Order: sequence, then C-alpha cells, then structure tokens
Amino acid sequence: MALQEQALPLGGIAPDRTGKYRTDHLLVAEMIAAGSKVLDVGCGDGELLQLLESRGIDGRGIELSREGVNRCVARGLAVVQGDADTDLVNYPDDAFDYVILSQTLQATRQPKPVLENLLRIGRRAIVSFPNFGFWKMRLQLLVGGHMPRTENLPATWYDTPNIHFCTIKDFVQLCDEINVKMERAVALDLYGRPVPLNLPWWVWNMFGEQGVFLLSRGGKGK
Amino acid sequence: MTQLQSVSSPSIHSEDRAHEADHPTSPVEKFGIEQPLKLDCGIDLAPFQIAYQTYGELNANRSNAILICHALTLDQHVANVHPLTGKAGWWEIMVGPGRPLDTDKYFIICSNVIGGCMGSTGPASTNPATGKAWGLDFPIITIPDMVRAQAMLLDRLGIQTLLCVIGGSMGGMQVLQWTAAYPERVFSALPVACSTRHSAQNIAFHELGRQAVMADPDWHHGRYFERSTHPHRGLAVARMAGHITYLSDAALHRKFGRRMQDRELPTFSFDADFQVESYLRYQGSSFVERFDANSYLYLTRAMDYFDIAADHDGVLAEAFRGIKTRFCVVSFTSDWLFPTSESRALVHALNASSARVSFAEIETDRGHDAFLLDVPEFFDISRAFLESAGNARGLDGTGG
Repeated sequence: MALQEQALPLGGIAPDRTGKYRTDHLLVAEMIAAGSKVLDVGCGDGELLQLLESRGIDGRGIELSREGVNRCVARGLAVVQGDADTDLVNYPDDAFDYVILSQTLQATRQPKPVLENLLRIGRRAIVSFPNFGFWKMRLQLLVGGHMPRTENLPATWYDTPNIHFCTIKDFVQLCDEINVKMERAVALDLYGRPVPLNLPWWVWNMFGEQGVFLLSRGGKGK
Repeated sequence: MTQLQSVSSPSIHSEDRAHEADHPTSPVEKFGIEQPLKLDCGIDLAPFQIAYQTYGELNANRSNAILICHALTLDQHVANVHPLTGKAGWWEIMVGPGRPLDTDKYFIICSNVIGGCMGSTGPASTNPATGKAWGLDFPIITIPDMVRAQAMLLDRLGIQTLLCVIGGSMGGMQVLQWTAAYPERVFSALPVACSTRHSAQNIAFHELGRQAVMADPDWHHGRYFERSTHPHRGLAVARMAGHITYLSDAALHRKFGRRMQDRELPTFSFDADFQVESYLRYQGSSFVERFDANSYLYLTRAMDYFDIAADHDGVLAEAFRGIKTRFCVVSFTSDWLFPTSESRALVHALNASSARVSFAEIETDRGHDAFLLDVPEFFDISRAFLESAGNARGLDGTGG
C-alpha cells in the first residue's frame, strides 16, 4: 500500500512555553482528547503521564524498571511494574481509549504481538520509536562501518536494551501486514521538530530521527 | 536440665493481660445486644466492644481519616507506648508529625481486631453468659468479620468515607476486604505485603503454630485461664516459627551469621549457643507476655479462611468490578511469606477491573517484616500516594 494514502500527517504542536516537556511527548498529548483513558506502556519515570494528567487525561502506566515505577508512584501516578512482552495479555479488550508505546517498541522482544496487543487493549494506539533509517544512522554504518550511536541512543551494541530497531518504512510495512490503520504520522528531526509535511516519504525516512504514529484497528480483512 | 528450658517464664502477669482484654488502656466503643456483629459463621456476636486509638485531628468535613489495619500479632497501639510492654508503638516510624502518615494532616485510627486480646472482644474477653473468659466458646471469626466491626466503629465515630485504608500482612488483607465490601467508603487503599488469599504454605505454617500451642499441657483445651496457667511454651514456639517466616535467609545471615552467644566455643549441649537461637527464644518469650494463646489460634484461622475470589465465583476481578478506589499495592523482594507474585496477581485483577492502581516492588533483604522497618523507599511511596489521594480529594489547605 502506498504510504501517502494512509497517513494524514498531524499539524502543529502547541508550544511548550515552560520548556518542561519533550516535543514528542507534547505531540503525543496533542493526539489525545481530554477525559480519555490512557495506558502508557514503558512509561519510564512518568514524564509523559504527568503531562497527560495535567491535561485531564486519566493515565495509567506500565514500566519495566523498578526504579522507574517507584519514581512514578512517588509522583502520585498510577503505574505498575510490568513487562510489555509478557503482561499486556493480562489486560482485557477495549480497556483503554489509547495505549501509548513511547520509545519502547525497539526494546521489546516481540514487537509484532506487542503491537497487536496495543490495539486489542486500546481502541487506538500511539507508537513512537527511533528511526533507524535516519541519515546519521545510515552514515555511521556506511562510512564508519560500526553500529550507529546518537545523542538519543548512546548505548553500545553490546549493552543496548534496543534489540529490534526498525526504520519508519519497516514500521509502516508491519502495520500493513497486521491490518493496522495509520490515522496520523509525524516524523521528528534531530531537534524534535516535525519534518515539513509537504516532503515525500523517503525524506521522512531519511531525515526523521523518530516517528510518531496514531494507529487504529484496520477495517478491512487481509 | 536448664538447657531444655526453652523460654523464660513471663514477667507480665496473666491478670494484667486479662484486665487489658476487658478494660483496655485506650478508648473503647461498646455495642449492645441491639447492635450485634453479624459473623460469617452465622452467629450474631452481642454485646461486643472495639478498642481503638486515634492520632491527629479529624477535619471539619471529615475527609482526612485514615484507617490503619494491624497485622496478626500487633494491636491498636500504633504510635504510643504499649500498655503491657512499655515499648514504643509498632509503627512510630510511619505515624507522627511529618511522618508519611502525618498526624498534622491526617486523622489516624487503628482498632484492635475482633478476636484480638487488647480490648476488642475476643477469646480472652469475659463471656457475659458465664462471667469467665470465652476461650474456645468464642465463635470463629474471619477477616470480613474484622472489617464489618471496623465499619461499625467508624459509623459510631461519624466517619463515612476514609481517605485511605492502609495495612501490611493481615492488615493488608483487611484493606482488600474493605475495598471489596465497602468500595464507596474507601477513597484510596494501600495494601502492603499481603495477598487476596492465604496460600497452602501459609496455612501450613499457621497450623504448625496452632499445634504447638495445643500441644502445650498448659493449654487445657483453651481453658488455661481457669487454672491460672498460660501455654507460654507452646505459644513461644508458635511465635518462633512465625518469626522465621517474617524474615529472610539473607536478613538472618546478615544479623547473626553463625556467631556464638556470649561464648567462644560450643557447649556441646542444647543451650542457645548461637545468637540466632538466643534471638528466637527472646522473640518467643517476649511475645507470650503480651499475647493470648487462644487469640493466636483465632486470628491465624481468620487469615487461613481469607480468599476474596472465592466469594466472587473464583474470579478475583469481580470483587473489584467498577471500583473507584485508588490503589497502591506494595511488595518486598525478599518477602517469601507473601511474595511479589501474589501482589502481581492482585494488580492484574485490579487492572482487569479498570481500577486506578499503582504497584511498587521494593528491593530489600529484610523479608516480610520490611513493612515495619526503616525502608525509606516504602516511606516515600506511601507519603506520595497519600498526598496524591489527598489532592484528588481536595484535602490541601484549611478547607480540606
């Protein structure tokens, strides 16, 4: 399927005058209506959840690291210790309006079942991930001959938690394969700014440092 | 034969204990025959009384009340000197001005459980029908019975909704029972180191303790008070066995290792050569001074019977369907009595019920008893959870 037919890139992001929140978090928050019920899978220390709660969104979280969970709970957030790979199956169908997987997909052991579970538990899913097709990544592999490391992904190949890197193009293909509908898609550049909308998709895949996707269940059968 | 003397004789007299059971050194609410406590076993218990302590002040709109549910062998004396032992309250580290359960902000209540021996009606209390202690004539009580009695106490105190119900171990079971039985009265719940049901292993340990009590010839089928005895040896053994389950291998090793007690070499006897033996004997003998043997039988039984899912066709999530209460579930990594897996099962059920739940597992080698000890991470989480619950209830400022 052609990418252009699927995705309706999102417009502007409300400016964060305080500089308190990350741009990709603000972008995710823009996609969610107030009053929604949201599960943030891999919520880290709860920065995004706190932003969502401040906007009247009923947020819950799952986090793998004990330290992250305890920091979240100490912030008054509703977060449980758990693993996206094993624990999502315990959630009932349609439990949430949105399920968020922010910068976590590449660290799961089985991205495909995880993605399927997101859209079983939530009516919509918001997935963001680092784009391995980003020009700096390509350049490091092509010219440097070593596994890429960037400001946002500083880990070496042997101690990284990120075991399933993909490009924006790869992700779009996976969505197509499991019949997931892309409602919106945004690529952010190295500075967290949205890549201009009027550019072709290969530019996104080259100049997007990360991709943010709003997904829903596909209507048609395979 | 001195080596075989397992525990020292009690220094607190049984008369003091018996007096405390009927006339507690704390406030007490008495319920007459017109207000019976309806027990799960089918009996209406009346009259009965509930002894309790409070700390801090209830605010004008009665929204800052926190109920502490105590564990098996503890009581209502959370943050004051214990009337029998003269020791500090069991949770002073948690309850007081500026502490996580801040008595400058919250009104804290803790009542002795029904079946206990510190002033709430139990087997050590006087049976009005006979003028003697109930003993084994006391009806079998359950965790839901304890909670029902606490609800009656709160009615009497004019408190409709609790900002939080908090408790560890058997106290945590009561917290869960509160949310299952009176969800609308519980704004937030903090069950710690507990489970929705007692496991086979835990029932087995309790049976060991009960058999130790009943094997003591001084037990006299529960009528020891008529012979002015107390099965202190059996109860001490029960306590020693229990105490081991509250600790962990690592904690025992760190605390005692294989170190000798006041000696360089083994005595080649059954004397307490090892520090760990001496410690356990002390735990046993100090426990029997303040606790009634029959009460121990009844309260362990209540825990054994506890199984929330069983009351909901075996589906735990049904117990919490549609619940609005905010939960914070806490477990400890080295707790093998109520391991994290039990808390995780509870959290899954709460998630399935769409409850607002947090779950933190705290890393410590101190075992089940960690909830009573100085574990800063637990304090931070409790404090923050209570603050966020208070904010959600509009507690801040003077109006709250």
